[in-house]
Amino acid sequence: MNIQEYLISPAEACRRSGPNDKIVFSSRVRLARNLRSVPFPGHARKADRLRSYEILMPVVQSLDAMSGDPFAESMEKLTALDKQVLVERHLISREHAAKNAGSGLVLNREESLCVMVNEEDHLRMQALRPGLQLRQAWQAIDAVDTALQDKVDLAFSLQYGFLTACPTNVGTGIRVSAMLHLPGLVLSEQVNQIIQAVSKLGLAVRGLYGEGTEALGNIFQVSNQMTLGESENDIVERINKVLLQLVEHEENARLSLLEKKPKVVFNHIGRAFGILSNAHTINSKETMNLLSLLRLGVDLGMLAATPKAFVDELFLLSQPAHLQILLTEKEKLAAEERDVLRADLLRDRLRTVERPDHGQVGGGPAAPKT
Amino acid sequence: MVCQLCKQKEATVHLTQIVENQVKNVDLCEPCAKQKGVNDPTGFSLADLLLGLGASQEIEQAAESKGGELKCEACGFTQADLKKTGRLGCSECYAVFAEGLEALLKGMHKGTQHKGKVPTAIHEKASQQASLARLNTDLQSAISREDFEQAARLRDEIKALKTVA
Repeated sequence: MNIQEYLISPAEACRRSGPNDKIVFSSRVRLARNLRSVPFPGHARKADRLRSYEILMPVVQSLDAMSGDPFAESMEKLTALDKQVLVERHLISREHAAKNAGSGLVLNREESLCVMVNEEDHLRMQALRPGLQLRQAWQAIDAVDTALQDKVDLAFSLQYGFLTACPTNVGTGIRVSAMLHLPGLVLSEQVNQIIQAVSKLGLAVRGLYGEGTEALGNIFQVSNQMTLGESENDIVERINKVLLQLVEHEENARLSLLEKKPKVVFNHIGRAFGILSNAHTINSKETMNLLSLLRLGVDLGMLAATPKAFVDELFLLSQPAHLQILLTEKEKLAAEERDVLRADLLRDRLRTVERPDHGQVGGGPAAPKT
Repeated sequence: MVCQLCKQKEATVHLTQIVENQVKNVDLCEPCAKQKGVNDPTGFSLADLLLGLGASQEIEQAAESKGGELKCEACGFTQADLKKTGRLGCSECYAVFAEGLEALLKGMHKGTQHKGKVPTAIHEKASQQASLARLNTDLQSAISREDFEQAARLRDEIKALKTVA
């Protein structure tokens, strides 16, 4: 089966909604698990890696939560473009995209459950939800994990909990994370302060594609770092609380920007629209940053007729692999060619969108009280 | 003195902290100090920073006390591998490198005792072992009290529990 055909279309994927999704794009809970006494993937010889692959792939596919019709494939069978699409959809890590024989992927139809086999650990199982739904994601992946424990012998110690390749994941093996859109905090120059405060709580703040990446498009990932000595529920609740506070800070930042510097905000959004709808070549970084402002415009009610999903779809479609699939048959594109195609796409899509209207802001959902 | 993190620039930030009665010194250059968030020495915990530095020392010390380089018999992972990759080779490695790991985990996590989910099978086994231990203590005290009726009851209970297992 072809992964590109299996995946939900970008338009449909962006229509999914959840609580607080104006600011929280998505929630994710990931569990790391390993087989007892089988070398971890990073240290395993090829034969060992294939053995754990052969054991795990059928077990994962047959989980009830995969609902009978999962996409299951060896990483070896996926093209570079397939893998890049999966990374851009945040379904696999960049590390996993680099894997080949002996590593695999199992994904359900709804794209709410995704299991990487032989990434850094034998199993990296993740539940994904739109908006802020960490508890729901944890409950879902907890159930999957419980079902799995009946079928395979997992590496576990009463002292250290679930044993993982990297000691940073040992214990619960849990990574709870959410992707946030924080243009208000960035524009009001509060974001560094907030990041520092969040880091002091033992949480990590990263860019769009996880570890070591830039916060393109004012999108930030917040996740826990500690996995041992605290229960899963405590970790989930702690992050949930912090995220709710971040949402509140972002809302306040937007309100106070509109109150104190409305012209600055309107100027940013108007210019973003101008460039996006008129450029003939535009790189990914600039696109992300401008789309972020456009999305802010939608949130503030400046583009009343334009749904949030429309902008979110552009976010996804302007990523390199998605762009390539949408607009060309070619296997490989140079960055310059991509920048031209990206501009073509944006001009085309934005042709029917009305110019941002700051007069609408009074009626907008995040408008200041008058 | 060079920075202990990047090992390139001159160290200009010097920190001293007493962790469990041991003096730990860290010398960093300005960029590394900034990166690690060392801007407020009073509210700063050296533990985070010591992960990389202190951990490898701990692992080496643990190895020396056992006479030589540690190696996991199950998967062949060595102490040198651990130092190089910061990762372990297989589930058995946790027992082999336990001594050095303990300090590493202490710095990384909230505690070194797992408080989360326990697989059902292991949970049952663990609680069974706990009740066995309790019954055995009760049995000993019954015997020392010369309460043989109670001792006989406890003995039967222990027997029953063991046959289930």
